[in-house]
Amino acid sequence: MTVQTPTLDPTSTMVLSRPPRSLWRDARARFTKNKLAIIAAVVLFLFTLVAIFAPLLAPHDPLKIYDGRGYLPPAWVAKGPTGQVGDAQFIFGTDSLGRDVLSRVIYGSRVSLVVGIIPVIIILLVGVAVGMVAGYMGGKVDNFTMRFGDILYAFPDLLFFIIVMTALRDTPVGKLMNGLVLLFIALAITSWIGLARLVRGQVLSLKEKEFVEASRMVGAKHGRIMFKHILPNCLGPIIVYTAIRIPALIIAEAVLGYLGLGLRPSTKSTDIFITSWGALMLDGQSAINAQPWLLLTPAIAVAIVVLAFNFVGDGLRDALDPRLRDR
Amino acid sequence: MISYIVRRLLWMIPTLFFVALITFMLMHAAPGGPWDRDLSARQVDPRTQELLNKEFGLDKPLFINTEGGNPLDSQFFNYIGGALQGNLGPSYRQRGMNVEDILFKPQEGKPIWSSKFGYSMRLGLLALGLAVLFGIPLGAIGALKRNTVIDYFSLLISTIGISVPSFVLAIFLIVLLAGRLKLIKIVQQDWSSPGAWIVPGVILGFGTFAFITRLTRSQMLEVMQQDYVRTARAKGLSEKAVVARHMLRNALIPVVTIIGPALAGLVTGSFIIEQMFSFPGSGREFVQSISRRDYSMIMGTTLLYAVLVAIANLTVDITYGFLDPRIKVGK
Repeated sequence: MTVQTPTLDPTSTMVLSRPPRSLWRDARARFTKNKLAIIAAVVLFLFTLVAIFAPLLAPHDPLKIYDGRGYLPPAWVAKGPTGQVGDAQFIFGTDSLGRDVLSRVIYGSRVSLVVGIIPVIIILLVGVAVGMVAGYMGGKVDNFTMRFGDILYAFPDLLFFIIVMTALRDTPVGKLMNGLVLLFIALAITSWIGLARLVRGQVLSLKEKEFVEASRMVGAKHGRIMFKHILPNCLGPIIVYTAIRIPALIIAEAVLGYLGLGLRPSTKSTDIFITSWGALMLDGQSAINAQPWLLLTPAIAVAIVVLAFNFVGDGLRDALDPRLRDR
Repeated sequence: MISYIVRRLLWMIPTLFFVALITFMLMHAAPGGPWDRDLSARQVDPRTQELLNKEFGLDKPLFINTEGGNPLDSQFFNYIGGALQGNLGPSYRQRGMNVEDILFKPQEGKPIWSSKFGYSMRLGLLALGLAVLFGIPLGAIGALKRNTVIDYFSLLISTIGISVPSFVLAIFLIVLLAGRLKLIKIVQQDWSSPGAWIVPGVILGFGTFAFITRLTRSQMLEVMQQDYVRTARAKGLSEKAVVARHMLRNALIPVVTIIGPALAGLVTGSFIIEQMFSFPGSGREFVQSISRRDYSMIMGTTLLYAVLVAIANLTVDITYGFLDPRIKVGK
């Protein structure tokens, strides 16, 4: 007698034939299909590498002064406005003191990179925390933080940066890291409120949803509901906001540098941050006729990086929220 | 609606008060006093400084007067009181000039619009005019001829204009037009000829132009799919009438509402362009007051700009309420 052992027929049971597609998987698929965004992401990756490995990539020491070789035109120019001949050694020419423009621009990328990272981390921490608490608690907490935010919001961003930098530049805080610390603080103070508003709006709509109610019913604590259930559902808009905010910070740094209010250009070779693109443009402005590439090189660098960030931001927005396409 | 406008106007008071407070505190945190000279120049002697401080009320406490009498008789509240009456105090660096004189007083015998602020206002209006004049048609045509060369062109231009900051674009144009082609002078002395205004106006307005183009395009794309447009076509209206009367009219509502903030943004944001072109406006004055550490001038200009921005933001909601009755702003 044979015992009939039930054989498991894989097709007859209720097994998912493929893993479920999560939002993130879908988003990644949509993002990788966006050619412009991928190219821009590669550009940003290269920009990061350039900033980190500046000492290896720069053809010259950015502080080294080549005597008598000031205002050299770019290498491809046979005869510059000052009558000098381009030198293959200095691809984009030299500045008034005879320092290599390309090397200085390469070092300048570090400031733009760090301005796109540190204030953003502060903005994320403060903005998300305040937005979550205000939206979740509601009532007085919500009212107070949002009214406070309204006031900060009414201050034109750039004006606020300018005032903070002018007023506090010569104080001890303003001198930390050649002025970078103050710059980070100024940039972060005005930007968190936008994110807090966004997160608050998301939380307000999410906390009425059934899955939050279910979680509350089984006795989950507030912290768990906030971080396990609500926060992951806000991540999409938070990522998009961050991606769009970064180029704005880079532009703000360049404007401040251009007004002479950003990083103080350093002459010490031990410093990590020697000059910024904004400060380089300020240098270039005075020599617009003698050596236009002094101004053009950092300007092109800013334009490329900012454009790349915008394309990545647009790509992320389309990927994470396809309804917003074509807007 | 009226109660809403009144509420919003009242809300401007604490907002501007805090903007003034923050600016005031920051300006006083700055090292150095109003009578400091450059290190090279002869310093003002202590006795004169004392008299000057008395004359301008700078010997009073900063915020609250605790020495008896009126507690609000302090530097900050006197400044606010003066500002409300249009007195922004003396400039720290330009002898004998008040901040409001520098900003609003035209030169002897000239009309009011040739004051510093008048110049900036006119440049802002020119930039806005150019942006509207070219932005709306380009965006509308882009949407009507979707996925054609014109559409891609309008998308490309608007993407560049929105992302690349205007002062970087200005650098490219100045180097191209002044350095290479010798078409314009970098330092323009004579601003009486209209031709001199074109290049700074175009550069200043480019970002707004790009924004208007993109907004018009996306609004048109949305409106084109509406039922009332299909109805208009179905009842046999000419294409021209459908586009002009049914599509554009509705698509332009958001565009009209951003015009106020756009103008405020252009007038308050023109300082770099003004500095680049040596334009005699309030923006350049502001940049110079930064480098001269003229704190009262910085503070006065900031307040003026904050008022402009606050009013402009208010106009958005109000115009929206008027143009689109479906939106209830009062709630």
